[in-house]
Amino acid sequence: MQRIRTAPPRYWLVLLVVIFFLGFPTVISSFLASEWAQALILAIAIMGLNILVGYSGQLSLGHGAFMAMGAYISAILAHRYKMDYLATVPIAAVVTGVVGFLFGIPSLRLSPLYLALATFALAVVTPSLIKRPADLTGGVQGILIVQPDPPQLASDVFGAVTGTAMTSDQWIYYITLACALILFWLAWNLARRRPGRAMRAIRDGEVAAAASGVNVAGFKTLAFGISAFYAGTAGSLFALSTGFISADTFPVSLSIQLLVGAVVGGLASIPGPLLGAIFAYFLPIGSNQWVPSQTWLPDQITSTVKNAGPAVSYGVILILIMMFAPNGMVGLIRSGYATLDRRLRGAPDPKTGQMPPDPQTV
Amino acid sequence: MGALLEVKDLSVRFGGVVALDRVSFDVEAGQVVALIGPNGAGKTTLFNVITRVYRASHGTVLIDGNPVQSIRAHNVIRHGLARTFQNVALFRSMTVLDNVLVGDHVQTRSGWVQASIPLPAAVTAESAARKRALEMIDFVGLSTHAERPVAALPFGIQKRVELARALVSRPRLLLLDEPAGGISHEEVDAMAKLLRRVHTDLGVTMLLVEHHMAFVMGISDRVVVLDFGKKIAEGSPAEVQRNPAVIEAYLGAA
Ligand SMILES: Nc1ncnc2c1ncn2[C@@H]1O[C@H](COP(=O)(O)OP(=O)(O)OP(=O)(O)O)[C@@H](O)[C@H]1O
Ligand SMILES: [Mg+2]
Repeated sequence: MQRIRTAPPRYWLVLLVVIFFLGFPTVISSFLASEWAQALILAIAIMGLNILVGYSGQLSLGHGAFMAMGAYISAILAHRYKMDYLATVPIAAVVTGVVGFLFGIPSLRLSPLYLALATFALAVVTPSLIKRPADLTGGVQGILIVQPDPPQLASDVFGAVTGTAMTSDQWIYYITLACALILFWLAWNLARRRPGRAMRAIRDGEVAAAASGVNVAGFKTLAFGISAFYAGTAGSLFALSTGFISADTFPVSLSIQLLVGAVVGGLASIPGPLLGAIFAYFLPIGSNQWVPSQTWLPDQITSTVKNAGPAVSYGVILILIMMFAPNGMVGLIRSGYATLDRRLRGAPDPKTGQMPPDPQTV
Repeated sequence: MGALLEVKDLSVRFGGVVALDRVSFDVEAGQVVALIGPNGAGKTTLFNVITRVYRASHGTVLIDGNPVQSIRAHNVIRHGLARTFQNVALFRSMTVLDNVLVGDHVQTRSGWVQASIPLPAAVTAESAARKRALEMIDFVGLSTHAERPVAALPFGIQKRVELARALVSRPRLLLLDEPAGGISHEEVDAMAKLLRRVHTDLGVTMLLVEHHMAFVMGISDRVVVLDFGKKIAEGSPAEVQRNPAVIEAYLGAA
């Protein structure tokens, strides 16, 4: 008996995801589209963190600070200097990237634990740093950002599909999606070629990496720079999508949320940050609404969740994921996919050499 | 002038411990030189000084006439010197192929911008690198393992992956730290055959540390013996085996 079926190739999956994200806003409300835009923005920031933590092996507990920087660069350029907001996005990205690169240089001298502390300190001081130059940043009042109207062409196309006019939120969603697609594509290219391998080699062993000719210091600072570039882009887009930023927009918990997303999604993978972002963005919202509405749960639990907010559900789900999916959601999906592929092809298990059961008989 | 590697009057101290004490010897191009000595004699330390992991307290090492102090750790391999590690230092989260591709790092130049965009030059460089890596994996006899994650492989196979990673950069001098350490009898023989091919087919000069005496005597042109950081003998395998100081050191240690 011959079996030639295989699981569908991966690029089908990528195509499906892209089509899904393109079409999604045409069937959901403008408000939901804005929420999904923020999830995508989080995905961009988490991809940046993933390059730093997952690929180069340097821990940052303060990536929210780089998001804040990108956001304020864009907001100040647009608000004060009347620049077109979209033109400020690449400026914010590049400037934040350079700052991240410079931050990476002294970080080379820090042990992993001290690097974690230094980045955490960065996240802690960010809100007060923002409040200080009040003329520039608007202090506690913050800065209002004028959200752009969709251009005629986009509006027409969207109108033709849905029958309703495109809102600013929907337009911002598509801007975000375009940025996310480009940045994920760049990261994918980087990760699977020479620079990505060099970073992973450093993470796995600096001495052996250097013996192979990898400039350890160079690639570590490069990872910091690229990572901050992503965070800066995300911050800039975040300001655009919320329409308002202040010192309190970038609390320490944002940096933690990014790290949780990176770990839960799956470090050192390309789809990981997307899955992690969806998780990290919607879980607190979902659990805040869902848990208290469950009448079968004891009152203590519902009231705790109401008060402690996302912390509780984060905690529970994080523990579950660390127990059952040590490589994050991507690791779980990969192993499931490999099993499916083996079953369909009738190949033996690589570890035990055992043949899978015949799919016709199971 | 002339030797590929010159160790001159080299001393290394760790606090009170003198790991190397005024050691001098040369490795001429084309030779296979063995470095032997009881545990703790300073053999690995010597490798670590040559590859800039440690710093010498006194004396110098010249690679092709260039003092190692003037070469940064990641540039040692660019002077044609590659190494393996005593306890295998592979990139454990990566596949065999990716490990060997990291070894190929110095053969290509494409940077992060070229790789991300990606420019055609980076793409062709990448496929050329893959081809070289696969050839070297084939050379060490691991073609069927190319896509396997290294962490799951047996130790003997890991040693060969490490060898492929060091060889793919086409070094002129290869430092091997116990290539036959911790592997089975059959694997030791296979490793000896493989290293002989590295020497004859690829023309690589070798400096190797090994405890396995039959292995050492079979493969090397010259043997340098260390004991407690001092060089106590140097010569052909036959000469060294007859040397009373060497016999003393080994019996004393055993
Ligand atoms: N990083 C270090 N810090 C302090 N002491 C060290 C260090 N590396 C090596 N030593 C000491 O230097 C001496 C030589 O060690 P080395 O590892 O070079 O021996 P070796 O000849 O490779 O031994 P083996 O055959 O067991 O591998 C030992 O006394 C060891 O404890
Ligand atoms: Mg040793």
